[in-house]
Amino acid sequence: MKFNDTLVGAALLALALTILQTVQQYPVIPGQNIGPGAFPGLLAVLLAVCAVLLIIKGLKAKEREAWIKMGGWVKSWFHMRNFLITVACLLFYIFMSDKLGFLICATLILAVMFKALEVRTKLIFPIALVTSFVIHFIFYKGLRVPLPWGILMPLQW
Amino acid sequence: MTSAVLLQAFWLVFDPYVLLVILCSAMFGLFVGCIPGLSATMATALLVPITFFMPPVPAIAAIVTATAMAIFSGDIPGALLRIPGTPASAAYTDEAYQMTLKGQAEVALGAGLVFSAIGGLFGTLVMVMFSPSLAEIALKFSSFEYFWLVILGLAGAVFIGNASVLKACITLLLGLLIACIGLENPAGMPRFTFGMNELMSGVELIPMMVGMFAVSELLRYITNTDPSPIIATEKIGNIFAGMWDLLKKYRWPLVRGSALGTIIGIQPGSGADMASWLSYAMSKKFSKEPEKFGTGHVEGIVESGAANNSSLAGAWIPAIVFGIPGDSITAIAIGVLYLKNMNPGPMIFVNNPENIYAIFLVFILANIIMVPLGWLTVRLATKILRVPRNILMPIILIFCIVGSFSINNSVWGVTLILFFGLLSFLLEENGFPVAPAILGVVLGTMMEENFVTSMIKSDGDPLVFFTRPIAMWLAAGTFIILLWPVATWAWGKLRSPTLAA
Repeated sequence: MKFNDTLVGAALLALALTILQTVQQYPVIPGQNIGPGAFPGLLAVLLAVCAVLLIIKGLKAKEREAWIKMGGWVKSWFHMRNFLITVACLLFYIFMSDKLGFLICATLILAVMFKALEVRTKLIFPIALVTSFVIHFIFYKGLRVPLPWGILMPLQW
Repeated sequence: MTSAVLLQAFWLVFDPYVLLVILCSAMFGLFVGCIPGLSATMATALLVPITFFMPPVPAIAAIVTATAMAIFSGDIPGALLRIPGTPASAAYTDEAYQMTLKGQAEVALGAGLVFSAIGGLFGTLVMVMFSPSLAEIALKFSSFEYFWLVILGLAGAVFIGNASVLKACITLLLGLLIACIGLENPAGMPRFTFGMNELMSGVELIPMMVGMFAVSELLRYITNTDPSPIIATEKIGNIFAGMWDLLKKYRWPLVRGSALGTIIGIQPGSGADMASWLSYAMSKKFSKEPEKFGTGHVEGIVESGAANNSSLAGAWIPAIVFGIPGDSITAIAIGVLYLKNMNPGPMIFVNNPENIYAIFLVFILANIIMVPLGWLTVRLATKILRVPRNILMPIILIFCIVGSFSINNSVWGVTLILFFGLLSFLLEENGFPVAPAILGVVLGTMMEENFVTSMIKSDGDPLVFFTRPIAMWLAAGTFIILLWPVATWAWGKLRSPTLAA
C-alpha cells in the first residue's frame, strides 16, 4: 500500500504541528533557558521542514501518482485476508490472553494462522497444540515468565 | 594486570553454560539466515527476549554468534534459490546463483564460508587493537564531543544508504521523537504519555525492536505475492575443495574487502548490507577480469563475503567505545547492554575490562566455529530450505508475543509489537528506511542529555559546540558528511549542464 508523498507529507506536517503545540504547554524551568520542550520542539521543527519538502517532492513528481496505490497483496483476497488475520490474532491475544490463558490463545492463534496459510488440515491441530505446550514449557518453566493461565487456572502446574 | 584480565575473560567465555549458549545461538543464526525472508536483524530481535534472562557475557555472546552465522548462511539461499537469505548477501546473489547454474555451487558456498570467517577475524583483530586506545581518547570527551558524535552517527545513518535522504531524515526524526516519550529526560517531566501509565517509562526498546524487525517481516512474508522459488541444485560437492588456491589467488581482494567492510562497519549507521554492496562494486572496479562479473565469477563473492562479516565486528567498535551503534544489529545489542547495566562507553574499559575482552574472545570463537557449523549447514541446506514456512511463520509470531510479554509480564509489550510491526511495515512499503528510526530511538536520550547539559554549561550559547578542539573536528566531520551529497549534486550540475537539461 503506497501512499502519495504529498499525502504522507501532509500527515507528517500535521504530526509536527501537533507536537509543537503540545510542547508549548510544557513548563519553563526558572533560571534556565532550556526546558523539557526544547529538544522535542527542535525535532518537530525539523520534521515540519522535512514534511514540507516531501509535499513539494510529491507535487513536483513528473508523473502524478495516485493518492493511494494498492500493492499486489491488497488486490489478492488471499493475501489481504491473511494480513488481516495476522493483525486480528495479535489483537485477540492482547484482549483475551488474561481471560483464556496463554495455552488456549496460542493454540487458537496457531490453528487459525495454519488454516489461513493452507497447512494440511490433518496437521493443523496437533502442531498447534504441541507447539503451544513446548513454548509454554520453555518460557514458563525454563525462563519463569508468568504466562497467564486464564480459565485453565485450576490445572496450573 | 592485562594478563589477569585476559584470564578472567577466558574463564567467563569458556564456561560450559556460555559455550552451550554460543553453540545454540550459532545453530539458530545459521538456520534463520538460511531461510529467505528471515534476516540477521530478525534473528537478533528474536534472541533478545531470551537474552533478557541471561548474565551479560552469554547474552552478548548469543547476539554476536547468531548474527555472524546468519550473515554467512544468508549466502546459501542466495546460491540455491536466487533469494538472499539476508539483505547483506543481496549484492552477490546473482553471481552465486550463476555459479550454481554452472555446477559450481560448492565453490560459491565454500568461498562464502571461508572468506566470511576470515573477514570476520580481520574485523575482530581491528576491533581488539583499536578499541582500547580509542576508549582512552574517549575518556577525555565531554558533553560537547558526545553531542557531535551522536550527530555524526545519525548523519551517517541518513546519508550513507540506498534510500532517499529525505525519507531517511524523516524516519530518524520519528525515532528521536519516540525516544522523547516518557519521564526519562533531563527535566524529569512526563512527555507525550497520553495519560497512559505504561508510557511513563518510555517505549520499551525490546518490544519495539521485535515489532519493527520480526513482526513487520512476518507481515511482509504473509503479503508476499511472489511464487515460491525452486531449488536450483540438489548436489553440493565438497565446499572446501580448491579454497586454498582461491585464497592465494585472491589475497588482495580479500584484504581489501575485509578492510573496507571494517571501515563501513565502524561508520555509524551503515552495516553489513552497505559493506557488501560497496565492496562488490569495488571488486569489479579493481578486478583484472571485470567482464566476468555477473556471469558466475567467484572474485566478487570473495571480496564482499569477507566485507559483510568484517563489518559486523567493525560496527561494534563505536558501539562499545562510545555507545553509538554502527547498524541496527548493534543498536539492538546496545539496548541489551543497557538492560544488563553494562552501559557502553569508555568507562566500561575501566570498570569491566574482563567483559570487553570476553566479547573479543566470543568474536574470535564465533568466526572459528562458523567453519565446521557452516559446512554442516550447507550439507543440510536443501532440507532446511524445504522447512515449510507456512508452519514456521505462525510459530515465530507466538515467539514474538511471548518474548515481548516477558519483558514486563504484561500484554502492553504485545500491543507495542503490533503497533511497531504495522508502522514499520507501512514505512517500508512507502520507501522509508527503518534503520535510522531505531538508531534515533537508541541515541535520542543520549543526544538530548548531552545537548541540554552542554547548553546549560554554556548558558545557552550554541557557539561553545565549536570551540573545544576535539568537538571542532567532530563538527567538521559532521558537516562534511552533511554537505557531501549537496556538493556532489552541485558538482554534477556544474559539469554537465547540458545533460541535465
